[in-house]
Amino acid sequence: MIICTKNMDYRFGTQCQFVQNQVMVNSEKDRASLLCMKALANRGRLDSVSQQMASHPQYLESFLRTQHYILYMDGPLPLHYRHYIAIMAAARHHCRYLVSLHSAQFLRVDGDPLWLQGLEAAPPRLRHLDHINKVLAHQPWLTARSHIQALLKTGEQCWSLAELVQAVVLLAHCHSLCSFVFGSGSDSDSIPTPRVHHGTPPGYCLCDAANGNTALLPPPAGPTEKAPRRRSLDSSCEVAYLREQIQKSQEEIKERKADRLHSQTLSHADVEEEDEAMFSADPSRFVTDPEFGYQEFARREEDHFQVFRVQDYSWEDHGFSLVNRLYSDIGHLLDERFRNVASLPFPHSPDLKRAIWNYIHCIYGIRYDDYDYGEVNRLLERGLKLYIKAVACYPDSSKTPLCPLSWAHIKASEKVHVNLLVMEARLQAELLYALRAITQYMIA
Amino acid sequence: MRREVTSAANVNNDSTSASPERAHLFIKGQCVIPYEDVNRDRVNVCVTSRTDCHARCNFYLELRLEMEKMTRVSTVNGRTMFCHLDAPANAISVCRDATQVVVAGRNIFKIYGLEEEGFVERLNLRVGRKPSLNFSCADVMWHQMDENLLATAATNGAVVTWNLARSCRNKQEQLFTEHKRTVNKVCFHPTEVNMLLSGSQDGFMKCFDLRKKESVSTFSGQSESVRDVQFSIKDYFTFAASFENGNVQLWDIRRPDRYERMFTAHTGPVFCCDWHPEDSTFHMHKVLHRGWLATGGRDKMVKVWDMSTNRVKEIYCVQTIASVARVKWRPERRYHLATCSMMVDHNIYVWDVRRPFIPFATFEEHKDVTTGIVWRNQHDPYYLLSGSKDSTLYQHMFKDASRPVDRANPEGLCFGLFGDLAFAAKESLMTAPQSVGDVGRKTYPGGDRRYPIFFFKKPDVTEQFAQVSSALSVFESEAGSSVGMDWFINTAKSYLLSGKPFAELCEHNAQVAKKLNRPQESTTWTMLRIMFSEPANPSLSTNHNLNKSGNLPLVNSFSMKEMSAALNERNKENRQDNLHSLETNLNNNDENEETEGSEGQAEYLFGDAELDDDDLYSMEHDNQAAEEPEYLLPQEAFPLRHEIMDHPSAPEPVQEKPESPHVSGSETESTCLTPMESINLISVSQLLFSPHLPPKFFCPIVKEMLCYYAEQGDVQMAVSVLIVLGDRIRKEIDELTQEHWYMSYIDLLQRFELWNVSNEVIKLSTCGAIMCLNQASTTLHINCSNCKRPMSNKGWICDRCHQCASVCAVCHHVVKGLFVWCQGCSHGGHLEHVMEWLKQSKHCPAGCGHLCEYT
Repeated sequence: MIICTKNMDYRFGTQCQFVQNQVMVNSEKDRASLLCMKALANRGRLDSVSQQMASHPQYLESFLRTQHYILYMDGPLPLHYRHYIAIMAAARHHCRYLVSLHSAQFLRVDGDPLWLQGLEAAPPRLRHLDHINKVLAHQPWLTARSHIQALLKTGEQCWSLAELVQAVVLLAHCHSLCSFVFGSGSDSDSIPTPRVHHGTPPGYCLCDAANGNTALLPPPAGPTEKAPRRRSLDSSCEVAYLREQIQKSQEEIKERKADRLHSQTLSHADVEEEDEAMFSADPSRFVTDPEFGYQEFARREEDHFQVFRVQDYSWEDHGFSLVNRLYSDIGHLLDERFRNVASLPFPHSPDLKRAIWNYIHCIYGIRYDDYDYGEVNRLLERGLKLYIKAVACYPDSSKTPLCPLSWAHIKASEKVHVNLLVMEARLQAELLYALRAITQYMIA
Repeated sequence: MRREVTSAANVNNDSTSASPERAHLFIKGQCVIPYEDVNRDRVNVCVTSRTDCHARCNFYLELRLEMEKMTRVSTVNGRTMFCHLDAPANAISVCRDATQVVVAGRNIFKIYGLEEEGFVERLNLRVGRKPSLNFSCADVMWHQMDENLLATAATNGAVVTWNLARSCRNKQEQLFTEHKRTVNKVCFHPTEVNMLLSGSQDGFMKCFDLRKKESVSTFSGQSESVRDVQFSIKDYFTFAASFENGNVQLWDIRRPDRYERMFTAHTGPVFCCDWHPEDSTFHMHKVLHRGWLATGGRDKMVKVWDMSTNRVKEIYCVQTIASVARVKWRPERRYHLATCSMMVDHNIYVWDVRRPFIPFATFEEHKDVTTGIVWRNQHDPYYLLSGSKDSTLYQHMFKDASRPVDRANPEGLCFGLFGDLAFAAKESLMTAPQSVGDVGRKTYPGGDRRYPIFFFKKPDVTEQFAQVSSALSVFESEAGSSVGMDWFINTAKSYLLSGKPFAELCEHNAQVAKKLNRPQESTTWTMLRIMFSEPANPSLSTNHNLNKSGNLPLVNSFSMKEMSAALNERNKENRQDNLHSLETNLNNNDENEETEGSEGQAEYLFGDAELDDDDLYSMEHDNQAAEEPEYLLPQEAFPLRHEIMDHPSAPEPVQEKPESPHVSGSETESTCLTPMESINLISVSQLLFSPHLPPKFFCPIVKEMLCYYAEQGDVQMAVSVLIVLGDRIRKEIDELTQEHWYMSYIDLLQRFELWNVSNEVIKLSTCGAIMCLNQASTTLHINCSNCKRPMSNKGWICDRCHQCASVCAVCHHVVKGLFVWCQGCSHGGHLEHVMEWLKQSKHCPAGCGHLCEYT
């Protein structure tokens, strides 16, 4: 049997066995390991995100399917646009891991390497997306009809509605994935190496860059510009605590910066191959207005932002229909994700699960009429709340230290479960805001 | 009324004979069901005598009839009208006598009176400075027996009842806070004063007795959220519930432990359901008749289910354009129902379920999604009330509805692949078959045979919907007629696009075209060959040229005349084809005349052609020689001559007027041939001179020619030339146009199932967008190398033996590219790896000890 696809060069390596072992150690069901094996065999390596999710195989399956669909399957946006949008989204949260990953993918689908130099180098059409990216990432409740209108306004650089919907789904997906990456600590422990230029056809999902065995270099430096302070963090005690932590960590970062710079130049000299060195690009080059961050929703409530009532615009009734109409089949895939995460067996009470979900939505200004928010305080310990808030709102490892989830003897898979909840709730929140704005645009 | 009475008797019989138990229950409760009793002591209940039961049943039904009579009397006149609400509405409901309507939403809860000239606000039920969430309504229902009684489903999970008879401002009567999640729906029993049913997001349905403080029974659907609950109109104890996961369940109100029946109605949530209100006279013979249930779901479908049989059967299905939020049967019209959608689409449609492809009527007044629809009166099909998120309340008159049928095109026409023509039209238009036949003949001179393939007619169209029967006829094209596409297939199969030198390709294709009786294309190929072939010997040119040009035209004109004369005398059998080609000739000549003087490029061409290509020269001679004895066979002679005399014209056929499809065959046309011809020839011979021109010079002309062909619909020619010329012309034509041509041609080829040709075209194209067509669906099905079973799954792991297929013995990766293996020990791997390995070692990389060899 000789199957010839392309001229490929393969590296020698034992990585395969390495991950295989990992999978075997993971004493989950066959299904999980099979999924991983498949993913692994498909692209030669397994990214850490999938590894983490493998403790919930049924979810992993729908996650991978959605991701594959968004990035590689039918859709109005060209492939390199999709990856660039993913880069933009991940850069909002300074998620090095995703930025490098998609940079590599971007080049692989014949994207112009020049664009990777920064947002200014990208075509204006993509730059127009920056605003909605920023808003969705940090304060999605600001998303308004006018944003949609501005993007769709006919002109040379305008977006079509279908393209915009795909872009929005991509943005929301990547933002929330940043939360997961941050929560699971994948960002810091394995920085992908920049050597990814063998011609494997686009595999089952994003991948490749999470190259386990060469990732022994110290994580490259944090943002080179002075990490911005958040003026707007308000006085609620959790946030104050978070802020303390952030400050502390920033100081640490500054201290370490010197060493890092040194090591970075070293590694550059080492790696220094082709133009792919820019994979380890600093995410901040894809970001404008870095000061813009999450603000407490409750604070702003009195002004003019209405609370988003799920009973008036819900995913099941409204969001699904709209998104599925404008970007076919994505509704079913996302629906499956939400359902899957909702049906994951949770060792603690289902009330706790609902409390977590509703708390995250509450952070983003989405309220349920039929929920007593006193429950949140009753069921969620302060540590857990802090953790959730950090993961959901400040998933930026360059600024926020990953506070350990100090929650009564939590198992690894449970932690992943919480991270999944955060990711999905956030995804749904962003989608709801964006889709509502699109609905309003369509009605007007 | 008479009808009603008979139906009453009927129902009575039904219930007693089929299920005495039910009837007994009903009687014992004296129109009020003793809920608790039902479960606990069913046996006791059944003791009551049978005659008693009869009497009671009659009483009950008479009561109902009285009620209905009352409602009928109070029908009011009205018009299409609307009023602004202060806030978006979530639901509306109308009171029994159709004089008032209640509107409920997150921030609104009001009662409006329906007057003739408009809506009048009667009452605001939303009281208090800061109303609680209990006022935020997801649904509202007005009791159909007690005009003071209302129930609402609150978004916070409360079920609230309101008594309008209360004297204070706050009309709230009872508050049930048993549901944990939003209540989606409340429903009063149609005949029972104190029975209320609710369905909630938490997956439970609860039945309340309004005389009690708590629910009397709880039904657990076990399948996600409840989206709608509806009491059956005919069957006292039954209600239907629809669920978010696509299920519909039927419950007996007396049995909260499990549902009676469940079926999956839709994929995704079932947002609504509605029992058919039809009179039972229609189904007199059916015992235990429950009638039809209509359901609407997120999958954009409305389905009608027949619930009377043992197996629930889908009998109608209407496909709408958006998810269906509400569905309501139209009173007094057995097959009509109204729908509105949850998202995107703001219209209200009334469908005839028997004609599911086009709405019977549409109301297009709302600016945002319609959230509630209700027929104003249970017996009046002409008034529809609707509330919407755009904060308006409308009364629609049926006579003001728009009828999409009136705007729909009643005729359909479509060409088949092989030139067949299908034509569908209303039967009334098709009654005169002769005229239809004429039409066909006129447009398509190929001569058609008409026969109706099939003919359907819906019997008995009793209702007012426009006639739905139409007739379909198919006109078949005769083989070889101008409409047929044989030439296309043959050409596609025989053209050579690559693999030979340019000149040979052109030559071959010219011959192909000639054989298929397509002189113009044939000439074009020859011209292309001449224009783009490398000049062999420029110095020799002039003599030949003069010679030829002096010579040929004369022959031409002569033979032409002869031909046309001969033609006219021919019998009519082949008339069409001949005249066709003749006309082509005429046109070409025409156009020669037009262009010759002004542009002068044609002359160059002619000169060039002759001098550049000895091959052509000799060939022409041959042809001429062959031609002479064949005077009497015009079909063959024509193309040949054509080839010679058309040289000047071929590159610029753009100027050619589209040929008229009508061929008159009159003599006048052929006689006028001669003068034109002579002018043409004179001008040619006068202007002939022959400087040498580079092939590039012709590019604009060729480009125009290609565009011409493409515009004429012969995209095959355009693409073939494009491929054969390759780089010579590619840069002249912009990418998009090329891509467009390629796409059209490939599409055509694939329709004719010429897969090989289409693939060749894709391969030879230079557009990125086209070439990537070949990259799609390139799945290779493989078997596992271990267990030899097919690997159905994605990826490189065998599902059965859980091993990686075809692993490289060196790096242990899956080999996805070239796999090389030793024929001795059958171990192998990546080509490079094995090469490298065997440089260093003689043994098999798998460690089997075999001494592999790599040569």
